[in-house]
Amino acid sequence: MLEQSFYDKTDEILSRYPAQERSLIPIIHEIQEAFNYVPVELLPYVAKHIGITETKAFSVASFYERFSFEPKGKYIIRVCDGTACHVRNSLPVLERLRSELGLSEKKHTTDDMLFTVETVSCLGACSLAPALMVNDHVHPAMTPEKATEMLKALREEASVHE
Amino acid sequence: MGTMKIDGRNVEFSDEKNVLSVIRKAGIDLPTLCYHSELSVYGACRLCNVEDEKGRMFASCSERPRDGMSIKTSTPRLVRYRRMLIELLLASHHRDCTTCVKSGDCDLQKLAHRLGVSTVRWGYKERAHEKDFSSPSIVRDSDKCILCGDCVRVCEGIQGINAIDFANRGTDAMVIPAFNKEIAKTDCVNCGQCRVVCPTGAISINTNIRPVWEALSNPDVKVIAQVAPAVRVALGQAFGGAKGENVMGKIVTALHRLGFDEVYDTTFGADMTILEESKEFLEIFEKGGPFPLFTSCCPAWVSFCEKRWPEFVSHISTSYSPLQMLGSIVREYFKGQNIMSIGIMPCTAKKYEILRDDLKRDGKQNIDYILTTEELITMIKRAGIQFDMLEGEAADMPFGIGSGGAVIFGNSGGVMEAALRTLCKGSERSALEELSTGGVRGPGSLREFTFNYKGKEIKAAVVSGLAEADALLRRIKSGESFYHFVEVMACRRGCIMGGGQPVHAGYRTKEARKHGLYESDVNTQIRRSDENPLALSIYDTLIKGREHELLHSHR
Ligand code: SF4
Ligand code: SF4
Ligand code: FES
Repeated sequence: MLEQSFYDKTDEILSRYPAQERSLIPIIHEIQEAFNYVPVELLPYVAKHIGITETKAFSVASFYERFSFEPKGKYIIRVCDGTACHVRNSLPVLERLRSELGLSEKKHTTDDMLFTVETVSCLGACSLAPALMVNDHVHPAMTPEKATEMLKALREEASVHE
Repeated sequence: MGTMKIDGRNVEFSDEKNVLSVIRKAGIDLPTLCYHSELSVYGACRLCNVEDEKGRMFASCSERPRDGMSIKTSTPRLVRYRRMLIELLLASHHRDCTTCVKSGDCDLQKLAHRLGVSTVRWGYKERAHEKDFSSPSIVRDSDKCILCGDCVRVCEGIQGINAIDFANRGTDAMVIPAFNKEIAKTDCVNCGQCRVVCPTGAISINTNIRPVWEALSNPDVKVIAQVAPAVRVALGQAFGGAKGENVMGKIVTALHRLGFDEVYDTTFGADMTILEESKEFLEIFEKGGPFPLFTSCCPAWVSFCEKRWPEFVSHISTSYSPLQMLGSIVREYFKGQNIMSIGIMPCTAKKYEILRDDLKRDGKQNIDYILTTEELITMIKRAGIQFDMLEGEAADMPFGIGSGGAVIFGNSGGVMEAALRTLCKGSERSALEELSTGGVRGPGSLREFTFNYKGKEIKAAVVSGLAEADALLRRIKSGESFYHFVEVMACRRGCIMGGGQPVHAGYRTKEARKHGLYESDVNTQIRRSDENPLALSIYDTLIKGREHELLHSHR
């Protein structure tokens, strides 16, 4: 069961959209923004409110990579594996990140909920290849070494915040 | 209207909605995996591709016919292309064909043969997902799914349920219930229509052959079967018989040979349903409501009503379905004996119905197992019985007789017609004919008509397909429509197109099944349920004073 606060926030989001099928994607989007992931329990709740089946809501939400059903870390690192980045060696960058953080193809998020590492098909920043994004920031021309430094910097930033 | 050239031949077309239909009309069986004339067009499999004069390929199912069009349907390029498509489908398909339930009847397998796919160059896909056995009616096997979407469109578009849908994307795409939960935990109503359209073994009937077969060889158990109307006009075709031919006699013989001790006719139960339901209706009609009264024979409809329209559940007749009627009476008749009671049904939802608590007496099911028409076909084949050579036998007494009205239960509109027959004055042919031509029969999935009863007008509706029923309920609720009596069947056209019937039934087969039942009706001397002497007699004997206990659901 989700805590009540999740439903309260969702109610607030729902109140801003017409209760119609076409509101589905913007609503899920806002939920993802609010909680950093889409708690699955909320999908039937949203579906009911806008008058669609939970099956439809799940179908749509699971289609988009951007929506995640699992809680994500504070820093979401999206490594581009589009064609341009791939040929310019994005894989070693990805492997470095995973090995430093103890992550894998299956395990995307560190236990301390600090980092999530994912691949994306294309960031649309091919001229900066190989590129990755940390939350909303693009990091161009990455190498494994730069990746290590970047993680260090992010860790420091996080500890300062605390 | 117009003319187009297909492989150099001129072919006229009229109101065909797509090029594919014109091609098929011209006698060319173009392969398809995602096209069903009754469903929306999806255009995913691309097998129906054809070439125009300029060598451009397009999916013929998704293109309107145009006057002057010229297409080719099997150039070397198209043939290569189709073979490649099948090869790709097979590469991501768990190919344990020899032991797959669908083997021999699988469209993918048939097309692979037909198109000459002799190798698959990309390895073998091991089993990756557990099968879903949670439903008593259907089994889901995602490893066999080719993502054609047929089931999704039938479940959502025709049945209005949307229990399953596409999820994820790319190579992870699957057709599953929300959150990949068990199908039994969704709004699925067990209609089996998804299984009817699925071209592969991805959705199949949850079979009960094994326990039945074991009981058949156990001398201590008396195994009793009852056969539903729709089964008799669908089974014969599997053994080379004519479409829609009534083969009830041979079915009885085959069941006796398989070892069933008694074989009864569900039409007996249907007559009981009518006797009880028309009593119920008249009572409500005379009392002035609450209207409408809904029929109760279709378990998928009852389940749908409970899940989506709980406010109407109290409007559903409490009379047992024909299966339960006869099941309950048989239990009573053989009280104290070790029996196993089997329903041979066109329906996967009946497998769910028999488990319902409101249909149990002293915690015991009225019926032990359901075998669908498909399962009976399998058993007959497995036993090596040469069905076409059999001589027909009559069903066993005392529950082997039903009226003509009971036989037409298998068609959408049949229950309503049988019920209203008992309200006709007399049983002259003219009165019955006036009823049968008054709107209760016909092509559409929604029929509305009125019936004159002792100078008063009964407003009635017949609906099949749950999406259509859903729309009707909405109109009833809003007050836009008003009826006294409504028959609902979950499957379009009724039980003849049930989820347990042989598949690949095109338009002509559907029509033939329907006519098969109407013809059996006119060939029966007793046409009204209230003239079935055996059904009437048990009111004074077996069930005397216990109608409510033995013949009604306690929902
Ligand atoms: S059995 Fe009927 S309701 Fe259930 S998934 Fe199949 S089509 Fe949908
Ligand atoms: S389960 Fe069958 S009908 Fe449904 S998408 Fe898969 S192959 Fe097609
Ligand atoms: S039948 Fe036309 S694309 Fe599948």
